[in-house]
Amino acid sequence: MESLIDPRTTTFPHSTNMSSQVPADLRYAKSHEWVRLAGDVATVGITDHAQHELTDVVFVELPAAGRKVKAGESIAVVESVKTASDIYSPVSGEIIAVNQAVADNPGLVNTAPYAEGHFLQIRLSDPAEAAALLSPADYTKQIGA
Amino acid sequence: MEPTSVLKRTPLFAAHQKLGGKLIEFGGWEMPVQYSSIVDEHLCVRRAAGIFDICHMGEALVTGPGAEAFLNETLTNDIRKLTVGLGQYSQMCHAHGGTVDDLYVYRLAPMEFLLIINASRIDVDVATLQERLCASPHRSGVIFENASDRLGATAIQGPRVAGFIDALFVGPSLAGTTVNTASELKKNQIGAWNWTGQRIWVARTGYTGEDGFEVVAPAALVEDIWFKALAAGHTACIQPIGLGARDTLRTEVCYPLYGHELDEQTSPIEAGLGFFVSFDKGDFVGRTALLEQKTNGTKKKSVAFKMAEKSAPPRPGYAIFSDGQKVGDVVSGTQSPSLNLGIGLGYVPPELSVPGTRIEIEIRGRRFAAEVVKKPIYRKSVS
Repeated sequence: MESLIDPRTTTFPHSTNMSSQVPADLRYAKSHEWVRLAGDVATVGITDHAQHELTDVVFVELPAAGRKVKAGESIAVVESVKTASDIYSPVSGEIIAVNQAVADNPGLVNTAPYAEGHFLQIRLSDPAEAAALLSPADYTKQIGA
Repeated sequence: MEPTSVLKRTPLFAAHQKLGGKLIEFGGWEMPVQYSSIVDEHLCVRRAAGIFDICHMGEALVTGPGAEAFLNETLTNDIRKLTVGLGQYSQMCHAHGGTVDDLYVYRLAPMEFLLIINASRIDVDVATLQERLCASPHRSGVIFENASDRLGATAIQGPRVAGFIDALFVGPSLAGTTVNTASELKKNQIGAWNWTGQRIWVARTGYTGEDGFEVVAPAALVEDIWFKALAAGHTACIQPIGLGARDTLRTEVCYPLYGHELDEQTSPIEAGLGFFVSFDKGDFVGRTALLEQKTNGTKKKSVAFKMAEKSAPPRPGYAIFSDGQKVGDVVSGTQSPSLNLGIGLGYVPPELSVPGTRIEIEIRGRRFAAEVVKKPIYRKSVS
């Protein structure tokens, strides 16, 4: 399976979306997932940049709540018309809730990647991991926005 | 696919950059996979108009008094049916029936043929044709040219294209099929027009299931044709279309793609393309093997299917199951933008190829219900 953004794909600077949103209150993984922290619970989704690269999300496969995951482990699959991509957990912990709405309506990943289009929530087992994720500034630098 | 250190670029590379195309590697070429989105572009071709860069495809010219006889002994279809200005779909097979390539042949003049071949097969096709020509009794009457580098091509496809094509290619044809305007060309007809002093060819053919035209021109003219076509089709809402939508469009109408439905081990009979194999035209490479398959049947048969329950889209390489047994493989699969459900093409034993047969597609370890359906999966509504 291909990674979330095919490294063989080149997009020209003016067609990348300069306007990709990178909210200031989130942390980011290099593999284009975001994390919103509230106490020891992390909400996880994929970034605006990632959904723009994928376009046309037609299917989201979510894990079962209760599963224990390690950072870097595949936790979901998002499918665009063109390809299937793994979503990796940015943090370790237990999945305490999944977003059924995004499974029912995968287009939410495209229309509301930071809100209704989120994937799941994880209760952190190692809060230090979340602190080590990319800052909005670093992620912005990574995607060249 | 062999790794290539340097990807080839078509004469439209700068145009793709300008239009914001997202580029990927395809058959050794750096090609646009999409500009806006696959679904958007797909629906634009189904409802209005789209233009495709198909410069990566190969062109070969076979000319001379022996050209017809030579092509008839190496291709599957009956080339004698081609009058001047007409094209036909055909295959080139091995003696064992496997497919070297599938292609389009046009008769441009009584002794002049244009072959449009797959990008990924240019080298193999050219070598095969040259080898067969050297061994042919007609060799002294045939000139073969691989014109892939000096010619380029675009496809302009969609229900609204006929409405503006005459503004793009003005006046009557100069060779091939005689017509007063390009829009008078009928399906599979090809005619020549003049473009800034040079000859170009316009055929009413395509790979989308929609009405449309394909244009073959000297490489240096292609970019000018491309932008003039975008201008001519502006009011018809024309958009540039990438390879992503090209694949979903052809999958919906079950057109084969070499490397998926066809390969060296798969025959046109197995692929359900027997209509393009002529057994009454005399001998040709593969005839014995193909006739044996047609007469006695094959072990596998190409089928189209639709997913019958909510699932991820089927993809090439996924296994097909029946009664708990693996019975075949998916060779093409996607989410159909027209039907908004998972569709695909695959190979199964003949007894499972009847439309209505229930099969299962294994997606990441789970099996999902699907149903064999009649081809094409999508048929445009008759207006």
